[in-house]
Amino acid sequence: MNSSAPGLLSTVNITKMARSAPISRNVGRLSRSQVAAKRGLFKGKKTAKVSPKAEVATTVEKQIGGKANGEKRVIPTQKASKFYPTEDVRVPKVSRKQAGKTKLRASITPGTVLILLAGRFAGRRVVFLKQLDSGLLLVTGPFKLNGVPLRRVSQAYVIATSTKVEIADVKVPETVNDAYFVKSKAAKATKEGEFFGEGAEKKTFPEEKKSEQKAVDAPVLAAVKKVDNLSKYLKASWGLSKGDRFHELKF
Amino acid sequence: MPGVSTQPSIQKQEVVAMSQQPSTFKRFVEVGRVVLVNDGPSAGKLAVIVEIIDHNRALIEGPATSVPRQAFPYRHLILTPYTLAKLPRAAGSGAVKKAFEKSGVSEKWEASAWAKKLAARQVRKNSTDFDRFQVMVAKKQRRDVVRKAHFKERKASA
Repeated sequence: MNSSAPGLLSTVNITKMARSAPISRNVGRLSRSQVAAKRGLFKGKKTAKVSPKAEVATTVEKQIGGKANGEKRVIPTQKASKFYPTEDVRVPKVSRKQAGKTKLRASITPGTVLILLAGRFAGRRVVFLKQLDSGLLLVTGPFKLNGVPLRRVSQAYVIATSTKVEIADVKVPETVNDAYFVKSKAAKATKEGEFFGEGAEKKTFPEEKKSEQKAVDAPVLAAVKKVDNLSKYLKASWGLSKGDRFHELKF
Repeated sequence: MPGVSTQPSIQKQEVVAMSQQPSTFKRFVEVGRVVLVNDGPSAGKLAVIVEIIDHNRALIEGPATSVPRQAFPYRHLILTPYTLAKLPRAAGSGAVKKAFEKSGVSEKWEASAWAKKLAARQVRKNSTDFDRFQVMVAKKQRRDVVRKAHFKERKASA
């Protein structure tokens, strides 16, 4: 048994389970939400500063007297425990499973016209560009046609049509990745300030995103123009009407 | 049976008269009748009645249309106006194929409004979202032309 195990367990008890003393191993007395309520993080952000961890040397070199003792010796800073625990405490196995990248439906390939089924742009027909690292689909309206910007969607909320736009030569810039879609958090205005209309700075859409949108859309638009009615098709939104039997429709 | 024997001549006359009336039916279940298979893996294909098994089923085959020889219930067959004249009972595959090709039934079938309607239905069923959209656009354009012509005509006649 590893001698560090009992020490590790005790730290867990102190830091994590103080409010929820374990009933049995790995089972706390309180539920996750009860613990959250007790910790009271909702009351406000914790202001305590996290001090940078200083690296602690695990060994120290010491001068040793006596000629036959080699003068110097490397000694661990923390003494190893003298005792072994009487009972073996099992440490849970660390799971090394990792979620793989989402597998796309075979019908979704770059250039496929998709019909969005959920969200703000539900019913819009958009062009699929590529799959992002997160597994989500990167789509664009193009913006000029139907107002749908570069956007991430899950393939579960999409109908793949058999219509394809020829975009083999379209290169999506590296900057358009998952990080591109993360919203920047603006400083929250205080209530008083809000009342007096302070800090009500109007959010402007960043210029570089505008230009990126244009750069991506330009070749897509050119490809769309080559096919009759295709731009009209992308402009129009999709919906079910009377007499449409969804299970018999082909897309 | 005295009641029946008193007027035998009248009854006979009626029977003769009925048999002489032209039948209202034009398509019969008969050997050589070309049928449209309406069910199963060969649905939508033409076949020929080769032999009548009983009042529920017939032996059909379409060697030229790749319908294998099989017993088939009448309720899943539709009689067409075409027949292969003088096809003998229980003719073999080769003979049926020869007779079918000689009769030119498949050309007649393809030219018929019935077959065209079935084909159009198939096309509509297999149309994609984009196809349906284009049909919608074309219909709008047609409506517009008709509407304009109509009002022009009305104005001229008024």
